[in-house]
Amino acid sequence: MAVLLIAEISDGELSMDATAKAVTAAKALGDVTVLAAGSSAAAAGEAASKIDGVSKVLVAEDPMLGHRLAEATAALIVSLAGDYDHIVAPATTDAKNVMPRVAALLDVMVISDVSGVVDADTFERPIYAGNAVQTVKSNDAKKVITFRTSTFDAAGEGGSASVETISAAENPGLSTWVEDKVAESDRPELTSAGVVVSGGRGVGSEEDFALIEKLADKLGAAVGASRAAVDSGYAPNDWQVGQTGKVVAPDLYVAVGISGAIQHLAGMKDSKIIVAINKDEESPIFQVADYGLVADLFDAVPELIEKL
Amino acid sequence: MKVLVPVKRVIDYNVKVRVKADGSGVDLANVKMSMNPFDEIAVEQAIRLKEAGQAEEIVAVSIGVKQAQETLRTALAMGADRAILVVASDDVHKDIEPLAVAKILKAIVDEEQPGLVLCGKQAIDNDMNATGQMLSALMGWSQATFASDIAIEGDKAKVTREVDGGLQTIEVTMPTVVTVDLRLNEPRYASLPNIMKAKKKPLDEKTAEDYGVDVSNRLEIVKTVEPAERAAGIKVGSVDELVAKLKEAGAV
Ligand SMILES: Cc1cc2nc3c(=O)[nH]c(=O)nc-3n(C[C@H](O)[C@H](O)[C@H](O)COP(=O)(O)OP(=O)(O)OC[C@H]3O[C@@H](n4cnc5c(N)ncnc54)[C@H](O)[C@@H]3O)c2cc1C
Repeated sequence: MAVLLIAEISDGELSMDATAKAVTAAKALGDVTVLAAGSSAAAAGEAASKIDGVSKVLVAEDPMLGHRLAEATAALIVSLAGDYDHIVAPATTDAKNVMPRVAALLDVMVISDVSGVVDADTFERPIYAGNAVQTVKSNDAKKVITFRTSTFDAAGEGGSASVETISAAENPGLSTWVEDKVAESDRPELTSAGVVVSGGRGVGSEEDFALIEKLADKLGAAVGASRAAVDSGYAPNDWQVGQTGKVVAPDLYVAVGISGAIQHLAGMKDSKIIVAINKDEESPIFQVADYGLVADLFDAVPELIEKL
Repeated sequence: MKVLVPVKRVIDYNVKVRVKADGSGVDLANVKMSMNPFDEIAVEQAIRLKEAGQAEEIVAVSIGVKQAQETLRTALAMGADRAILVVASDDVHKDIEPLAVAKILKAIVDEEQPGLVLCGKQAIDNDMNATGQMLSALMGWSQATFASDIAIEGDKAKVTREVDGGLQTIEVTMPTVVTVDLRLNEPRYASLPNIMKAKKKPLDEKTAEDYGVDVSNRLEIVKTVEPAERAAGIKVGSVDELVAKLKEAGAV
């Protein structure tokens, strides 16, 4: 069977981690062709051709594919769909934007956030904020799928797929890009980091959130946040971990001043080791923590930074 | 401009979810049900557009079981003008898939001709994150998902979206479908007088057949299970002990 995998690209650069994790999931379904689409995508396509398990790369470069606007990107994917049984992507916000549109245009259901592949028609996915895992069998002729990257290991490099250039589909011209507000950071990316340090409402202010960042830097970690911390303006939206934010599964997750609401747990409970620092010993976060420390974070975190 | 707001009846976000012993799904009998939290944000946004003089009428739509009437009454009490209930199942455990919901919504949009459809970005039960995008596709309209800010200027809407890298602002041609994210607004509570008034607001009742839409599932549910539990951890007494444990585990 043939699989079309939409590479994750931002500003012309391949997100190797997300794409390679989706390749691991997709390999189980058949022969993988990667689509690299964007206003500049050739370099990303070249990078994708080296992922183990990719047999072919299609590069579509066109200004209208820049910024991954849903209408033009979906039109391109649909124009290619005839040759493939599965159309898949890592479950990033770009893919969550585009893939349901693709599915509806093909008159099939989208299968979002797949965490396990049973066979070519059957998939596992978390529902109810991860409180249940459902196995579904698709009766559709084509399967349109996004893969939850935190549950798949990245495919290695060493492949040498052929690269072919294709043209974009017609521009539906329904939307235009205005601007991006992206914070530059030297820290690892949240969804691929080996260590994540997250702060919650307990941190109390944007200024004090620097303490969380300091601990993160000490550990070479990415920084995360609870919804309450983001809503309160302590942290930017792209740091939110949870049901409706990012899903992470690092080797070490440190939750500081986070109570452990089910919506937050949905985004981090597959982490290998969880540490919780919270002054309330009844906090539900302790139910998932491997190591829980009941303490005031303003005492414990500086001490931890010093002793690490 | 007319604004259409689809709202879903889901398990209340505070309720502890229990998986049914027979693996068919989650137990929804006799548990508290509420409006999907993201849909509340969509209703609130529609009301704010009306208050700002940018919308004339707000139509709330719900597709599901008859009990979704309560969800529509909530939307009416918040400030929607009228409601359409599309009964598509008599089993509270049957979740109508986003594709079927989008098809029914398309039929309603064709009839009602709204200039804007405001959806929640995802339903907290099936976590699909799909209905708005699917409706937009079926209409051949523009879409703006995960909105944290919406500004309507003439026949365009400028929408700021919460994306993995931060924030992205796009401009979409109206009519459009916008799906809303958590930080767009804080929904109001319905006041008691408004709850009383909502009882008198018009609520049309239809069925999926009225719109000629087949609501049978494309995704057959094979089984539903509880997620793997984490093994119980320990409490450490001090930062020193924590550091020692982490070193022992090779985590630092
Ligand atoms: C539709 C929906 C979607 C949601 N999606 C998400 C999501 O994706 N991610 C998410 O995180 N949440 C999400 N939420 C919100 C979630 O329900 C919780 O409200 C949120 O996670 C709480 O954040 P918190 O733990 O930081 O705050 P709180 O629950 O207020 O907890 C703060 C904690 O800090 C502790 N604390 C306070 N001061 C100190 C101190 N000095 N030292 C040590 N500890 C201290 C307190 O004991 C408390 O446990 C969602 C909610 C809804 C309705």
